[in-house]
Amino acid sequence: MKDAVLPRPSRRRVEADHPPYDVTAVAAVLERWAGTPGNLLPVLHDVQAALGHVPPGCVAQIARALNRSRAEVHGVISFYHDFRRQPAGRHVLKVCQAESCQATGGRALTARLEQLLGCGLGETSADGAVTLEAVYCLGNCACSPAMMLDGRLFGRVTEAAAERLLAEARQDA
Amino acid sequence: MVCVPRDSTALSVGADAVAAAIAAEAVRRGLPVEIKRTSSRGLFWLEPLVEVPTAAGAVGYGPVEPEEVPGLFEAGFLQGGRHSRSLGPVAQIPFLARQERLIFGRAGVTDPQSLAEYQAHGGLAGLRRALSMAPAAVVDEVHASGLRGRGGAAFPTGIKWRTVAGAQAPCKYVAVNADEGDSGTYSDRMVMEGDPFLLLEGMAIAAYATGASHGYIYVRSEYPHAVAALEAALATLRAAGWYGARVQGSDFSFDAEVRVGAGAYICGEETAMIESIEGKRGMIRYKPPLPALKGLFGMPTVVNNVVSLASVPAILDRGAQFYADYGMGRSRGTLPIQLAGNVKRAGLVEKAFGVTLRELIEDFGGGTRSGRPVRAVQVGGPLGAYFDASLLDLPLDYEALAQHKGMAGHGGIVVFDDTVDMAEQARYAMAFCAIESCGKCTPCRVGSTRGRELIERIVRGERPRENHAQLLKLCDVMENASLCALGGMAPWPVLSALKYFPEDFGLPSERQPAHVV
Repeated sequence: MKDAVLPRPSRRRVEADHPPYDVTAVAAVLERWAGTPGNLLPVLHDVQAALGHVPPGCVAQIARALNRSRAEVHGVISFYHDFRRQPAGRHVLKVCQAESCQATGGRALTARLEQLLGCGLGETSADGAVTLEAVYCLGNCACSPAMMLDGRLFGRVTEAAAERLLAEARQDA
Repeated sequence: MVCVPRDSTALSVGADAVAAAIAAEAVRRGLPVEIKRTSSRGLFWLEPLVEVPTAAGAVGYGPVEPEEVPGLFEAGFLQGGRHSRSLGPVAQIPFLARQERLIFGRAGVTDPQSLAEYQAHGGLAGLRRALSMAPAAVVDEVHASGLRGRGGAAFPTGIKWRTVAGAQAPCKYVAVNADEGDSGTYSDRMVMEGDPFLLLEGMAIAAYATGASHGYIYVRSEYPHAVAALEAALATLRAAGWYGARVQGSDFSFDAEVRVGAGAYICGEETAMIESIEGKRGMIRYKPPLPALKGLFGMPTVVNNVVSLASVPAILDRGAQFYADYGMGRSRGTLPIQLAGNVKRAGLVEKAFGVTLRELIEDFGGGTRSGRPVRAVQVGGPLGAYFDASLLDLPLDYEALAQHKGMAGHGGIVVFDDTVDMAEQARYAMAFCAIESCGKCTPCRVGSTRGRELIERIVRGERPRENHAQLLKLCDVMENASLCALGGMAPWPVLSALKYFPEDFGLPSERQPAHVV
C-alpha cells in the first residue's frame, strides 16, 4: 500500500495546460508591488490593466512570487466580479442593475442593450466589439439610469443615447 | 471666471463638453475667460451647472447643453446676464438654501485639488486644533459630539476611537471604508472627488487621536475619479507636510494609501473590507474580536466611513457642542441625504436629523421625475425597507426608522413611481444577496437563492399561501442567523414589500390599500 499514491500532476504540467501569456508583464507588476503588505488585489488590478484580463496561467507565477498557494490566488480572482479570466471585447459596457436605475427605466435599457448587441449580461457581442456587464451601482444615482463605457460614466441614459454610443463604439475596430 | 463642475455625475451628463464649448466660444469671440473646474453643489438635476461669480454671489445656469453655450455668451452670462437657463443666485435656490451644510460647505465652490482654497474655506483648522490637544481629549471631543458612524451601523464614533486608543499594540491602523455600494448613495463619492482634503484631514485626526501610524482608504473600483482625486490630494498633503513623518514638525507621523476594491458589495462590511485590504477573498470575519482590537493585519484598527471622518474636522474646529446642537434624540449632527431614483430634483441634501421623508421627497425632490404618483420609497440602500406613501411622515432618525424596521443606513433614498412591481423588487433583493453573498454562512449563501425561488413561485401562483409562510420562516432564519448585515437585512426589503404591497405578489391584502400621494 505504501506505493499507492495518487498520481499528482507536476507543476510544469499544470502550467502547460494554460495558453501562453506575457510573463514579463506580470513579472514587472510583481516587481512594482514587491514587499507591500496585502498586495494581491493591486497586483491583479495591474495585471488586468496590462493584459486586459488575468490569464489563468499567471496564477502560478503570482502565487510563487507572493508566497501564497495557487488555490488562494485563484480563490481571490474568482471571488471578485472585476477580474476576468478571459479577454473582453474591444469595449466594455457596464450597465447598472441596481434600484435607482431600476426606478428610472434601467431594466428596459438593459433589455435594449442586450437586443442591440445580441448577447446577454456577462457576454460579448458576436463581432467581438463589446462585452456587456452588469454593475451594481455606479454612484450616479441622481442621474439614473447610468452606464459606463470603457471607464467613462454616462448618466440619464436614454435608449437612443445608448444606441448612438454603441454604434460609435462598434465602428472603431 | 466661469465655474464648471468636474464631479463624475456632472461629467456623465456632459460637463466636459460644456467646458470645452465655453473655452472654444471664448476664443472665437476673443474674450479672456478663465474656466475653473469645481466640485458639484449636489444639485444634480441642474447639471451641467455653470456658475459665474458676480458681486452679488455666484449666478447659475443649468442644465446647460454645449449647443447653448453661444447663446449664453449672447446673453452676457459672463456678467450674470439673463438666459432661459438662468437660475439666479445659486445660494438662493430653495433646494440649497434650506440645507444645513457642515460637511458639504465647500461643495461646488472650490477646486477640489487646491489646498490653498481648502484652507481659505476653513480647511485644516480641525487638524490644527487636534494637534494642539492631547489625543485623549480629541477622542473626548468626538465622543461628546454624539457622532455615530454614517456607513449604516450608526455605532458611536467616539467609543470606537476610545477602544482603539486604549489598545496596546506595536502598530495601529485607520481604514476608511469608501466602498459605497448602496444603490441611491453618492455622498462618499462627492466627498472624495469634491473635497478629498476633508476626508484626509478627518483621517489624520482619527490617526492622531488613536495612535495609528498608517492608513488605508478602500475605494470601490466603480469610482475611478475618486481614486485619482485622493491620490493627488495625498501627494499634495505630503508635500505640504500634513502627511508623512513628523506632521507639521510635531511628533505625530502618519501616512496613508489608497486601495481599490474589485466589484464586491460585501467588501463594504468592515471585516470583509479588512480581508480584502490584506489581499484575500472578501469573506466576513467572526466578531469578536472587534476590528478595533484585532483588525487589519491583526492590529487595532479604526474602521470609519467616509462621511463619518468628513464630519470630524468641523467637530474639532467648532467644538462638540456646535455639532451636537444639530439633530434630534440620539441622532446628532447632520446627515447627507441622497435623493435618487425616480425623483424630479435628485441631489444631495445635508440636513440635521429629523427631516421627514415627505419633506425630502416632495419639498426638496419635487415628486417623481416621471410625474406619476410616488408609490414606494427605499431608504438605506438595497438592504433597506421599502416604505409606502402612508409612511412618508417618518422623520429621518436612526431610532424612528428602526421602529418601523427600516434604517437610515448611509442616507440614500430611492423613489419609485406607481409603475413599480414590488414583487420584482423583492425578488431582486434576494437575487442581489445571492450574487453578493461571501458564502461564509449558510442562511445568506443558500437562503438568498431559496428566497428568490420562493418569491418566484408565489408570483407564479404556485401554492401561494404555503410558499408565503415558508418565505416568512426563511426570512426569520436569515435575519437571526446570518453572520453580517447582508444576509441579516436582505429580508427587510422583502418583508416590507410583502407587508405594504401584498397585491403585487398576488397575495390578499392584510389592510386597507395604501393611498398614494
